[in-house]
This record gives sequence, C-alpha cells and structure tokens, in this order.
Amino acid sequence: MSHDHDHDNELDPFAARVRALETILTQKGLIDPAAIDVIVDTYETKIGPRNGARVVAKAWSDPAYAEWLKRDATAAIASLSYTGRQGEHMQAVFNTKDTHNLVVCTLCSCYPWSVLGLPPVWYKAPPYRSRAVIDPRGVLEEFGLTLPADKKIRVWDSTAELRYLVVPMRPEGTEGWSEERLAELVSRDAMIGTGLAQRPEIEGQPA
Amino acid sequence: MSRRDSDMADLPPDTPVFAEPWQAEAFAMTVALHDKGVFSWSEWADALSAQVKKPGAATDGHDYYEHWLAALESLLASKGLAARADVDAMAEAWERAAHATPHGKPILLENDPGP
Repeated sequence: MSHDHDHDNELDPFAARVRALETILTQKGLIDPAAIDVIVDTYETKIGPRNGARVVAKAWSDPAYAEWLKRDATAAIASLSYTGRQGEHMQAVFNTKDTHNLVVCTLCSCYPWSVLGLPPVWYKAPPYRSRAVIDPRGVLEEFGLTLPADKKIRVWDSTAELRYLVVPMRPEGTEGWSEERLAELVSRDAMIGTGLAQRPEIEGQPA
Repeated sequence: MSRRDSDMADLPPDTPVFAEPWQAEAFAMTVALHDKGVFSWSEWADALSAQVKKPGAATDGHDYYEHWLAALESLLASKGLAARADVDAMAEAWERAAHATPHGKPILLENDPGP
C-alpha cells in the first residue's frame, strides 16, 4: 500500500477483511452488528480482573466459600454471576506455603475471561507460552518474582474446556479486612501466578 | 537476573487489549458466532492454535489478532459460510468504498464505486 499521498480514507487490509466478514455474515443472518458492539463494550469495560479479585477476596474471608471454590469452581464463581460464555469449566488452584501455581496456555491463549477479562499481550506471546512449562522459575524471575528454591511450582496448561484461576495466599497483616479492601490487593498477575498478592502497607512500621 | 534471548520483560507491560478497532470486531464476531452455535469453542481453539503455531509468529505478540482473523476466516471457509474468494471480493469493495468516502465521513459499503 503506498503512503506517498493523502488518502481520503483508508482501511488497512485487516480492517477491510473484518468488515467483509461482518457484511457476509450479517447478510446470512449469522451475526447482528448491534450485538457485536455490545460484546466489544462488555469486554472492554465491564469484564476484567476485578471480578477474579472479588472471588479471591471472598475465598480468603469465607472458609465455606473457599471450600466450594476448591471443589467446584465453576459453580462457586457462577454464584457471583461471573459466567463464562464458552461453556468452559473453571478450576481454582490455591497457592500454599509449599506450592506456587502458574497458569499458561501452550496451545493458543485459553484464559479465564469471565473472571480476568481478556489476556495481557505477554500471555498470548510465544515466549511465555513456550517457556512457562519448561522454565517456570526463570519466567517468574523475569516478572520480578523470585521464589525460595524449595518452593514447588506447579504449571497448569489451560484448554478450551478447562481454565484455571490462581488463588494467591492471603498476605499477613490483613486480619479483619473487608472483602472489598482485600480485593484491592489481588492483581491480575497474582491470579495468573506471575505475581503474588500485594502486601498491605503498614504505616509507621519498618517493612 | 539473567537476560535471555526472548526476554518477557521486553514485552509491552499493559497495552490495551485491542490495539485497533478491527481486532475488537474480529474478537466479538467470534464470540457471537460461537453463541449462535456456528462452532464449538474446541473447534475454535484448534483453529486458532493452528495459526499461532505457524513459524514466524512475533515474539512480542503484536500479530496475535492477525492470527485470530486468519483462524476465523479458515474456520468459516471450512464450514462453507464465507468462501475465501467472497471475502476477498467483499474486502476489495470495502477498500474502494473507503477511498471514495471523504475524510471524516463514515465509510459505508454503498460508497463503493465498483471495480
């Protein structure tokens, strides 16, 4: 495509192909352009890692909920109205003092959309997909997370049918906190396993 | 900390999930077609996997939605719902319509002056 003069308007080839598909599929009655806009808006603004953070905070606060989440994450998460569109099953994997969990999709980019929104760029990129399984400790170090040598790292490879949510360990010094306040400590990366839950800032005390 | 050939720290940290509107549209069309029962999510994952594992995928993942679109096109073509030649012809019509549309006006397929 030449860029040596001003165009009135130009669609790049990918944009033109997407419009072409949309036109053809709309003509066949397979999609409705208004519904497409709703889906885009939902994923851009309404679904995101705050959903997952609420699941984690509830599990930290409510042992019965944590037990349910462990046993049947799909139902426990659906009870908070976060349901997957692809009919996928969810499994919650809990970090412990002995084991750290890390989620990847080596096949493509399966991800628990209903609780984390859409995946970050690095999750979909070849280096993470190929190395998380082979060298999880090295990968975590690149994320700035150095785990003790005796801590086991368990890597979970997502599929179209089964997606994982990491439940990080609850930080010390958060006794009596509300679920809302706890949820603020839970980052997206902590629920993928490339980070930990944030520690509370303690005023006037040495770190 | 050791540096590696394909260092993940070099990836953009938190760019928006969609870099361009067409990526969001391709994503949403896929979700809508699945909702409609046109394909199962396993079929979709297989189609996407076939594209992303082709050699030459960018290590920074910037071409992810290009693979996504290629997967969607191949799945729809294999189901006889959008033949490649039809998509090519319709895409050309859209590009002609874009050229024929004054800047700042919405691009409509009706603006296509024809080949």
